[in-house]
Amino acid sequence: MANRKEPGTDLEPAAGNGLLHRRVFLGAGAMAGVLGAAGMAHAEPLTVPEWVTKPGKRPLPYTQPSPFEGKVQRTIPDQNPLYEPGSAAGRTPHQFLEGMVTPNGLHFEVTHNGVPDIDPDKHLLVIHGLVKRPLKFTVNSLLRYPLTSRFHFVECAGNSGALYGANPVKGTVQQLHGLLSGAEWTGVMLSTLLDEAGIDPKAQWLLAEGGDATGLTRSIPLAKAMDDVMIALYQNGERIRPNNGYPMRLLVPGFQGNMNIKWLRRIRLTEGPMQTRYETSRYSLLLADGKAAQYKLQLDAKSFITRPSPGYQMQGAGLYEISGLAWSGNGTVKQVEVSADGGKSWALAALSGPVLPKMLTRFRAPWKWDGGPAVLQSRVTDDTGYVQPTRDALLLARGAKAQYHFNGITTFQVAAGGEVSHVYA
Amino acid sequence: MSTRSLIAALLLALPAAAAESPHLGEPITEADIASWNLDIAPDGAGLPAGRGAAAQGEAIYTEKCAVCHGFDGVGTPADALVGDQKLLATPKGVKTVGSYWPYATIIFDYTRRAMPLNNPQTLTNDEVYALTAYILKLNGIIGDKDVMNAKSLPRVKMPNRDGFTQIYPGNLK
Ligand code: HEC
Repeated sequence: MANRKEPGTDLEPAAGNGLLHRRVFLGAGAMAGVLGAAGMAHAEPLTVPEWVTKPGKRPLPYTQPSPFEGKVQRTIPDQNPLYEPGSAAGRTPHQFLEGMVTPNGLHFEVTHNGVPDIDPDKHLLVIHGLVKRPLKFTVNSLLRYPLTSRFHFVECAGNSGALYGANPVKGTVQQLHGLLSGAEWTGVMLSTLLDEAGIDPKAQWLLAEGGDATGLTRSIPLAKAMDDVMIALYQNGERIRPNNGYPMRLLVPGFQGNMNIKWLRRIRLTEGPMQTRYETSRYSLLLADGKAAQYKLQLDAKSFITRPSPGYQMQGAGLYEISGLAWSGNGTVKQVEVSADGGKSWALAALSGPVLPKMLTRFRAPWKWDGGPAVLQSRVTDDTGYVQPTRDALLLARGAKAQYHFNGITTFQVAAGGEVSHVYA
Repeated sequence: MSTRSLIAALLLALPAAAAESPHLGEPITEADIASWNLDIAPDGAGLPAGRGAAAQGEAIYTEKCAVCHGFDGVGTPADALVGDQKLLATPKGVKTVGSYWPYATIIFDYTRRAMPLNNPQTLTNDEVYALTAYILKLNGIIGDKDVMNAKSLPRVKMPNRDGFTQIYPGNLK
């Protein structure tokens, strides 16, 4: 092997405080050299583990993660104990995950009055209102339609809302940004069914309704519905689970998570938006001038670092990989930059493909930590040219009461001892 | 078939295949959908027959709502339903029916479909009108004796009616 130098010494700096050129990941040889050298340790005879000496367990019909991964759980805050279930959230533990797809058991959810157990044989989807032919569809009939598979993120508009607050969050990225997940969704394009019902030219919006004990209704622009909205039946290859909308949910790529109506049972075409509780009392942004921004539907580009992130303990100076997620509800991630000096200098991260529109993109950047204090940030630019703003810029534009759609830069401080915490830059 | 015409045929076939549909939707009438269609538009379209005033509403509220929304709608454990517009200007920007909601019809729509949380869709239309009247009265928006029905409810002007700006299809700066 050509590379016989000390680990890290041949790596080209890309920005301040130890950030290295992402080329490390582009040339497998260079990385192998670094890791190989670092992995060399003093000789010690290997022990023979007990699991090679006896047969393992029989295969299960439906498998579970290793018992040693028990910490990888969604957080379910113990809120409103009096009227359980009420409205509740399960957050994705991004600090423990890699890649761009969230496992189904860890996909986030927000429910407003519990998870219904819907019998698919008794479930119907109705399309009515400003259509030529009101129609009803059984679940079985929808399964016979041409299916489309697409990777998309779903993000609650309230995700990261705590970052509008005056104090940094004492918590992990799960608490900060856990109302976000990404999956492969398979279903029937809504446009196919709307064409079948025949759209009245007066229709400009539609109202979608869930068939649970909340009957959640949201207005969706018809132009969006005809563009890329899907009635999703499968998530990551298996039928959508009850907490994510079984037997079917609406998928409204890049728009507020709340609009991705679970347990979808009714679509009504209308002239204008219906001004429901979830698009007035909730999911509108109270701005600094006292006015509320309503129907701000698109989720703008955002990114955050998942490792190292709060809860992670650095294990001494040396080479680390910074890993994180970036996405945009308006298009595709074009580039992600990372900083180790609080935004003074930036290095381009490597994007781990495929890089898909309105889907999570995994980014990685090599970082040689010198063991001293560091301030980590990531910043995404999407293909519309939009650059993720700083938290200060966002607060200046919106005030601190906007509550929803926080997409400012997240900052983590690495202390000299290797402890990682959320801070404001 | 030449290679070129084969490619052309394939290109034509792809979008056509995607648009193909087995047309399995069965006709249904609006009358048959009525039991599911509980939508109330801001202009009052969809409001059913029935009526109610605050006095009746108070009794129902105390029995079925106060446990979660507090007596007189002051809140805890669930949302406060009462509060004037000054609350929006406080550092927390407290949003209530009185301080924030643009249309009175939303109270009817949401209460009828989703409340009480432990027993949704069990209230009669008269009860929902009465509860709506009571919540509006608690907020000082209508009087004690004002009767709410399909005509009067959409005419109620909410204090924050002009507090909203529609962003779509644009975006925030
Ligand atoms: C068991 C508890 C419980 C009871 C009883 C209850 N509610 Fe609620 N209510 C809630 C919860 C929780 C929410 C918020 C739900 C959410 O956001 O998903 C809510 C929300 C509301 C809202 C919307 C508030 C806002 O600011 O957006 C109104 C209006 C309301 N309830 C009215 C009523 C009325 C009227 C009754 C009595 C008929 C009632 N509720 C009974 C728990 C309850």
